[in-house]
Amino acid sequence: MSSHAHGALAHQFDDLDQQREVASLGMWIFLATEVLFFGGLFLVYSVYRSWYPQAFAAASHELIVWAGTLNTVVLITSSLTVVLAVHAAQSGRRRTLVVMLLATIVLGCVFLGVKAFEYRSEYLEHHVPGMGFQFEPDYFLHAQIFFSLYFIMTGLHAVHMIIGLAIMSVMVWMSSRGDITPEYYNPIEVSGLYWHFVDIVWIFLFPLLYLIGRHVH
Amino acid sequence: MPSMPHTGAMPAHHYLNDGYGIRSWLFTRDHKRIALLYLAGVTFFFFVGGAFAVLIRLELATPAGDLVSDETYNKLFTMHGVMMVFFFLIPAIPAVLGNFLVPIMIGAKDLAFPKLNLASWYIYIIGGLFTLYALVNGGVDTGWTFYTPFSTVSSTTNVIPTALGIFITGFSSILTGLNFIVTMHKMRAPGMTWFRMPLFLWSTYATSLINVLGTPVIAITIALVAVERIFHFGFFDPRVGGDPVLFQHLFWFYSHPAVYIMVLPAMGVVSELVAAGCRKEVFGYKFVAFASLAIAILGFLVWGHHMFVAGESVYSALIFSILSFLVAIPSAVKVFNWTATMYKGSVSFQTPMLYAYGFIGLFTIGGLTGLFLASIAVDVHVTDTYFIVAHFHYIMVGGTIMGYLGGLHFWWPKISGRLYNETLAKLSAGIIFIGFNLTFFPQFVLGYLGMPRRYHAYPPDFQVLNVLSSAGASILGVGYLIPMIYLMWSLRYGRAAGRNPWGAVGLEWTTPSPPPTENFEQTPTVTWEPYDYPSIADAEHRLV
Repeated sequence: MSSHAHGALAHQFDDLDQQREVASLGMWIFLATEVLFFGGLFLVYSVYRSWYPQAFAAASHELIVWAGTLNTVVLITSSLTVVLAVHAAQSGRRRTLVVMLLATIVLGCVFLGVKAFEYRSEYLEHHVPGMGFQFEPDYFLHAQIFFSLYFIMTGLHAVHMIIGLAIMSVMVWMSSRGDITPEYYNPIEVSGLYWHFVDIVWIFLFPLLYLIGRHVH
Repeated sequence: MPSMPHTGAMPAHHYLNDGYGIRSWLFTRDHKRIALLYLAGVTFFFFVGGAFAVLIRLELATPAGDLVSDETYNKLFTMHGVMMVFFFLIPAIPAVLGNFLVPIMIGAKDLAFPKLNLASWYIYIIGGLFTLYALVNGGVDTGWTFYTPFSTVSSTTNVIPTALGIFITGFSSILTGLNFIVTMHKMRAPGMTWFRMPLFLWSTYATSLINVLGTPVIAITIALVAVERIFHFGFFDPRVGGDPVLFQHLFWFYSHPAVYIMVLPAMGVVSELVAAGCRKEVFGYKFVAFASLAIAILGFLVWGHHMFVAGESVYSALIFSILSFLVAIPSAVKVFNWTATMYKGSVSFQTPMLYAYGFIGLFTIGGLTGLFLASIAVDVHVTDTYFIVAHFHYIMVGGTIMGYLGGLHFWWPKISGRLYNETLAKLSAGIIFIGFNLTFFPQFVLGYLGMPRRYHAYPPDFQVLNVLSSAGASILGVGYLIPMIYLMWSLRYGRAAGRNPWGAVGLEWTTPSPPPTENFEQTPTVTWEPYDYPSIADAEHRLV
């Protein structure tokens, strides 16, 4: 075991503890960057929603609430499977680790499938700005801002999901090869941090985009 | 600084001869080699950006718009700004000197993430290629600020490739900043406490914070501009109720702190130069260290002073004005502390110190004119005039480039293991100082008299000052070319520098020049305080 641990230690570090702390801190700082990245969008959203509350509520009504709700449940469940994967990695249960990672990937794919279905129906209803956008005349202009924000925010989130799925696939490969041990599981832990972050972004996106009509009308 | 007494032979094994051929460079994970890759990159973009400056100054030598058309002129100043800001000034000191020095100064073998460090360089180069593509494909004319709705609706030039280039390069800054922060937190050698770190590292740390927290905001903003252009979405489009001023808020939320990304590392360099050049501990070490953090934090709160005339409420303009004045305090703390360090110091006049003096003087002028601009009434008078152009060139060229060149000369013996020609170096430092002031001081006057920026023609009354400025630019250009020549020359013909040609303190001077790939023969243990100059005589024998 110790010889394997030695193999996982990169040359610039003194020991595995230092390496793990470095990996973890690096991901936290990266997530701080991500918060500011999405933060710009949340700011733009907040400004326009406070300027055009009626148009935003009317446009929000056109989204498919049940699909958003389903996706919220799917993503929260995937956060659970990621936590279980990290736990399995810590306690050296390789089979459970691989199963939990695969479950995470399946849930992520379900999320993206539902999202694609939503995009398709929004396209069919002419709710994509710049592509023959149609909406009730009162809110025709400002609803375009809502849908522009809807597509860029959920689209950027989906891009992060796709990156997350790629990372999780690498983790499955590493885990099944036996690279992950109770001494060296930073890749799983750090990937898990990223996955949770992408989930949390959705936890904010869902009420902001789907549920605002619920209390305005 | 003594006249370079500690020279010796080149070490047998060092990072430069640890592997030969192009592959050993393009696939290296050694932070020192990556620093040199960046040196090649930023030097290239510096001269590309400089070529545009030459054309701008040539056009402005005569009042009539006779050399280039107005549309070409728009592209010239845009490409000059984009190349210089995003591909030279922002990466220059952190990615070249920072990459080389951060691990060595804390006694580490490498940065925390060596592969990510190499990836950052490739990201920088890919971003640069997109921007170069925009250039050869006809250029872009929005100004480096990409103001909407011109950039999203009206401009017919290469906005998207340029925006993509800046977006991509931004991730290089973010990842380099992340790497530095983690390295400084987790990789310090035994005994290297936070308050034993050289001040260059404090300012690099502050810079990295801005990189990590500010750059993502410009990334998303520039992405929104590209998406609005490609898909005709409406984020900032007034025709659907969008607000162009919102774009300006987002843009300056990054781009004002970006000024501190450019100048903070230069301040860090100057702290090192002044200590070594005066053989004294930096006066008020903790004040200088915390001033860096204060500048980084306050720098995030002043962006609104770019929009005093763009439709901002009186109250927010007032608050942004006050906050902008506050940034002057930590900046002045640094200038006063450097001056106090020199007081009764053994003041040297070797090349690095000449650049440090240049920095302190020019940064002071740039900073004080910044206070004019923070005053709303004066700002309204000089907004979009050459006064602004002169002000930010005093900070960016007089500050950042002076600091960069001073640092490059100070650490060149460490980087290359060779000494350069001191006479030529002093001469070019003098030429740069004269050329710089002749170029940009007349622009303060021009702006105050009312000459607007970004026009290729101007009334004949302004010609004398413009000719002075263009003449200065040609002197400045010569001043920048000379170091290229003697530094390259020194690589082959320079005398071996030895470990510590300046007799300076700091871990980087305890290891051979050039350092071995792992930086130190064995991990050092630090038992002394920073800038411990009075008892430096035996600095080389201190390693435990």
